[in-house]
Amino acid sequence: MMQLAVPEAPLLNVDNLVVEYGLGNKTVHAVSGVSFQVARGETLGLVGESGCGKSTLGRAVLQLRRAKSGRVLFDGEDLTAMEGEALRRMRRRVQLIFQDPIASLNPRRRIGDIVAEPLIIAGVKDAAERKRRVHEVLSAVGLDPDLVAGRLPHEFSGGQCQRICIARSLVLNPEFIVCDEPVSALDVSIRAQILNLLEEMKARFGLTLLFIAHDLAVVKAVSDRVAVMYLGRLCEVGPSEQLFARPAHPYTELLLQAIPVPDPDVRPAESVAGGEPPSPIAPPSGCRFRTRCPRADQRCSEEIPELRQVAPGQFAACHHPLA
Amino acid sequence: MSAPLLTIADVTVELPTPRGNLRAVDHVDLSLEAGRTLGIVGESGCGKTMLSRAVLQLLPKKAKLTGRVMFDGQDLVRLAPESLRRLRGRDLAVVFQDPMTSLNPVLTIGTQLMETIQEHLELDAPEARKRSIELLAAVGIPAPEQRLGQYPHQCSGGMRQRIAIAIALSCEPKLLIADEPTTALDVTIQAQILDLLAREQRRRHMAMIIITHDLGVVAGRADEVAVMYAGRVVERAPTSALFKRMHMPYTEALLAAIPKLDAAPHTPLPAISGRPPDPTRPLRGCPFAPRCRYATGRCHEAKPALTSAEMPDHLYACFHPIQMAEGVGA
Repeated sequence: MMQLAVPEAPLLNVDNLVVEYGLGNKTVHAVSGVSFQVARGETLGLVGESGCGKSTLGRAVLQLRRAKSGRVLFDGEDLTAMEGEALRRMRRRVQLIFQDPIASLNPRRRIGDIVAEPLIIAGVKDAAERKRRVHEVLSAVGLDPDLVAGRLPHEFSGGQCQRICIARSLVLNPEFIVCDEPVSALDVSIRAQILNLLEEMKARFGLTLLFIAHDLAVVKAVSDRVAVMYLGRLCEVGPSEQLFARPAHPYTELLLQAIPVPDPDVRPAESVAGGEPPSPIAPPSGCRFRTRCPRADQRCSEEIPELRQVAPGQFAACHHPLA
Repeated sequence: MSAPLLTIADVTVELPTPRGNLRAVDHVDLSLEAGRTLGIVGESGCGKTMLSRAVLQLLPKKAKLTGRVMFDGQDLVRLAPESLRRLRGRDLAVVFQDPMTSLNPVLTIGTQLMETIQEHLELDAPEARKRSIELLAAVGIPAPEQRLGQYPHQCSGGMRQRIAIAIALSCEPKLLIADEPTTALDVTIQAQILDLLAREQRRRHMAMIIITHDLGVVAGRADEVAVMYAGRVVERAPTSALFKRMHMPYTEALLAAIPKLDAAPHTPLPAISGRPPDPTRPLRGCPFAPRCRYATGRCHEAKPALTSAEMPDHLYACFHPIQMAEGVGA
């Protein structure tokens, strides 16, 4: 569909992915032709507001939600074409961390068993080996295995539960992790701990991350490149620093202006572009952002903008990109 | 200086739990003048919501409150339930975090708006309806007349919060308490709602308390900020003074822990180690001491009182305040 500055042999190559949900006799256009690549060892941040399809995209990458069309190439193999045992084997290499750490742990199981479960599913029969791996990952995320393995999730705070979830996602030695809003349920002081931990784990285990979040500052803190999503489509992709310093898509600019800055000398921009995202059941024709865009004209309602290079490595899907 | 509209004097709230008494609010003093905005900032469990419930007299039944809450010349703690009911919704209004749970799902928006207006303002139905439409238009709801007949589930989260604000504003309150009013909303909608609150506040000369976990939300919008930790106010100052020079290590650490837009990617964040103390096991010393990098033996032994040094309106509870030496008198 378009040519991004393709990193050499990307670990993940998502090509023109379309995901739709049925809703009564209507269709929710959750992801509508999204393409991107993630290089080995890279963190790609994916930002957007609720309902923009970012979580659906994350799930479709892992085949937890099957795409209507398009391909997901992981290390050269098309996950969308895989089924059964082949897909299960591939899943050992890809993991997912969810937003709500407490809800993603079974309240009746002990931490040691929760973290060991992926090993059992993967067929690691040796109990001593499983225990060794569980100890290793629990220590890696900063928990004392001897103290926590025998306890239940309710004995831990949200931040500690997220550490346990991260340990579970690491236990199979994956190459790629989708982090879906991993810190948005956590308090500010805990959030920083978990973000630092993710960065540490990434370096230590050589991980590649797709980091989904709605908070731009959080995304920037961990991402090499950032993709901005609006109503099922990518608006803009580019190197983090460049994209935040010089956004090319009006939606990226709107998001940046809307963030409350913890500095009283920075006056909040009085009512940035108003309105709300339209429904993904009946997305606007042409550019999906045009109903809220100050730059929109006739062409925007008729022609879908493709991602085009606006600066080295930076791509925007806009007919009237910002200078 | 006129008498403050709201004075919270030595308020303590305790909740009985199976593990013992939980002190949610610990000897808090605050005041707010008419037309001003106070931001109360803190993390979950710091007591900020319980404090607002104490002001509204909407505490859980078993909660034990001591102290005084003076509002417009009356002590709300000692006010009869009937008088309280007349006050709440009229002079004293509230907007909660989750507009889906604060609106009644089985009543139309019109019914909910008109109910409040008719209850407090003694208007007849056509007048109440007219006023409802004006209010919905004022909070930026398109086609307000059609909205009156709709139910909350037919509106988006941002719309629902606008409706909740319309209900709160319906009787021209003297004080509006907004408890995490934008936490459930997206950033672009958050900015719109905060702008709306600020605009209506200016227009109505209403006092406002914004309760939030986000220092960014109060920075541009509150006149004064109180930072809470483990049930206590640990620092309180005019907003600009606070952000210029924080004295309490917790406030500084909280600000430092927020990822910044202008920081380079992969910059490690100065995280606060550990977590807040168990509120059923109060510490003898400063509650932040176990996580504080400046803490000394004294901090573990005694609780520092809320005091001021250079500026009379900049209060902090710390034995080792930071940034005190430089620029004194500047």
